[in-house]
Amino acid sequence: MASSGRPPQLFRNMTAKIAAIPMILTALVVFVGGTIWTITYSFTKSGLLPKLKWYGLKQYDRLWNTDKWMVSIENLAIYGLCMLVLVFVIGFILAALIDQKVRFENTFRSVILYPYAMSFVVTGLVWQWILNPEFGLQKIVRGMGWESFTFDPLYNADIAIYGVLIAGLWQGSGLVMVLMLAGLRGIDQEVWKAARVDGIPTWKTYLLIVIPMMRPVFITTLVLVATGIVKLYDLIVAQTGGGPGIATEVPAKYVYDAMFQANNLGQGFAASTMMLVTVAIVVIPWAILEFGGSKKHG
Amino acid sequence: MKAIKSLLCATAIVSASAANATDLEVMHWWTSGGEAAAVNEFAKAFDATGHKWVDAAIAGGEAARAVMVSRLTGGDPMGAFQFNHGRQAEELIEAGLLRDITDIAEAEGWKDLVNPSTLLDACTVDGRIYCAPVNIHSWQWLWVSHEAFQDAGLDVPTNWAEFAAAAPALEAAGKLPLAMGQQGWQQSGAFNVMMASLVPSEIFMSVYGDKDTDVAAGAEVASVFQAAAAARDMAAKSTVQNWNDATNLVITGQAGGQIMGDWAQGEFAVAGQTAGTDYSCLPGLGTNPRLGTGGDAFYFPVLKDDAQIAAQSELAALLLKPATQVAFNLKKGSLPVRGDIDMSSANDCMQKGLSLLASGALLPDSNMLITPDTTNQLNDLFTQFFADPSISAADAQAKFVDIIADAE
Repeated sequence: MASSGRPPQLFRNMTAKIAAIPMILTALVVFVGGTIWTITYSFTKSGLLPKLKWYGLKQYDRLWNTDKWMVSIENLAIYGLCMLVLVFVIGFILAALIDQKVRFENTFRSVILYPYAMSFVVTGLVWQWILNPEFGLQKIVRGMGWESFTFDPLYNADIAIYGVLIAGLWQGSGLVMVLMLAGLRGIDQEVWKAARVDGIPTWKTYLLIVIPMMRPVFITTLVLVATGIVKLYDLIVAQTGGGPGIATEVPAKYVYDAMFQANNLGQGFAASTMMLVTVAIVVIPWAILEFGGSKKHG
Repeated sequence: MKAIKSLLCATAIVSASAANATDLEVMHWWTSGGEAAAVNEFAKAFDATGHKWVDAAIAGGEAARAVMVSRLTGGDPMGAFQFNHGRQAEELIEAGLLRDITDIAEAEGWKDLVNPSTLLDACTVDGRIYCAPVNIHSWQWLWVSHEAFQDAGLDVPTNWAEFAAAAPALEAAGKLPLAMGQQGWQQSGAFNVMMASLVPSEIFMSVYGDKDTDVAAGAEVASVFQAAAAARDMAAKSTVQNWNDATNLVITGQAGGQIMGDWAQGEFAVAGQTAGTDYSCLPGLGTNPRLGTGGDAFYFPVLKDDAQIAAQSELAALLLKPATQVAFNLKKGSLPVRGDIDMSSANDCMQKGLSLLASGALLPDSNMLITPDTTNQLNDLFTQFFADPSISAADAQAKFVDIIADAE
């Protein structure tokens, strides 16, 4: 017993801990509890209502033998990878351009951020119309005299997912730009001055000094963008409805369709469990690297 | 504290008086113009009994079903709700959430009235009746545009074979031979129509009724897949999504025809077209005039309040009364569920349907035979098949056999 009179560890910061109880309970009951419940019921033959009628791995067996699921996974991979890379590149370049102390900065910032204020449903509809060959972009370009111009990604099953990607980028780049801009503004001007004194070219300063310093901003943005990718659903429903054929199906839509159209909860749970596993495969190694490493330092 | 207490008392009084006034909340997904007008006939008739119909419409069948099911399972049941009868409600009945209305059915003599009797069978589980069928909708129609065929200098076809033969000439005349919305339910619906019409009806029954995989893999079904592949070519340039947009192509003479259920009739009526002169309707694709007997029905959740239960009973009985049936079905464009009422004011196409109904050339609807799960799998298969010409008829049939083998 140390006679310092300090209250035991558990009772320190009592008020803060009491205040956190509702959130802790929510996290445990809703997130952890809900996850365990979902995984459990993914091994059952639940139809319209959850029933504890064991079905073994049959839901998973069927899942991985369904074309629609395979297409969904493939689409998520394509969309996710392109989205991650492009949204960061576009967002950062836009932020770097605006950071050059341009005139009307506020105007540019607002214009670029505006798409983000729109819901995915509106975004999806707008881009469905823009990409419609009958009265969208193709029609306008043809009207200007370029008769053979063809641009109808949403009607070509091979590239339809890129049509969705365009809409996603249009909507998401603004947010990334704003976050990056905040990060850039957080960089001390002295760093720039020092780099200039050393005669380092601007692009090199960005790439080798500024970006590494912006690591926390990049991580925040990564989390925001990545969650947006995994839960991609409303954009698809509004823009393509999963079509043409099943060319733009995504996992979240597969889950919804299985649960609410097919009245097959078991199948929907199996699919959502697979989504969780996929996310876990990506997140857990990263979390170990990130947090496991920092403990040693700290 | 005092204020809260009095507020609680006030709400208690309000809810108690609401129960005494027997307001009955009725949920359905009839939101388009004609549908809303039709459901209003029910509401009027119900209000006339002294109760109050509280309308709770939700657009879109899928969204509506999701809300209804979550309210039922969440312990907040409505007074009554519309479903497509058949296997959609199976599990709700098993879970004991829906009221057994056998006593009302017996008192009203539904067993003898309802024609065809399969409608009531679809409401029956273990000998007990759980729903009140209100109308019959059939899928098996080919809608043909006279204008399109006249523009191409062709005779208006009277069956599927003639229609398919005319496709190249229509195409040459710059017409879209077959209009088809790019949605799974429309595409698998069209396939099921071909299955019911182009080969003997027993095939349809053994595939969907008995889930016989030998028949599903057989030559007859193969010929249906060949016909579907031909239909895919005819509809290759059809980029519309919604069924009514496709119907509009037929109405305006841009497309030769469309395979769609009898609800398409409403669109022709709104456009001021006359059956026989502006368009033709061919039941059973003109080849095998037979109608499916899908449709809508009302289910009644188990309630505790006696006044509400009494109101439910009155509503159930009312839905099948001759006057309500006529008023409702004329507006809805569907066929009535009883054969003993006067429908002489119905138009040509509806009369064709009525005479088929009277002669008993009927088939059960696929919704009565297969689960929503299987229906969804078939929708996915046919969306894929119709969107991708590289999938051969034989490959699609192999997948079809797999789905039927798994079906329950």
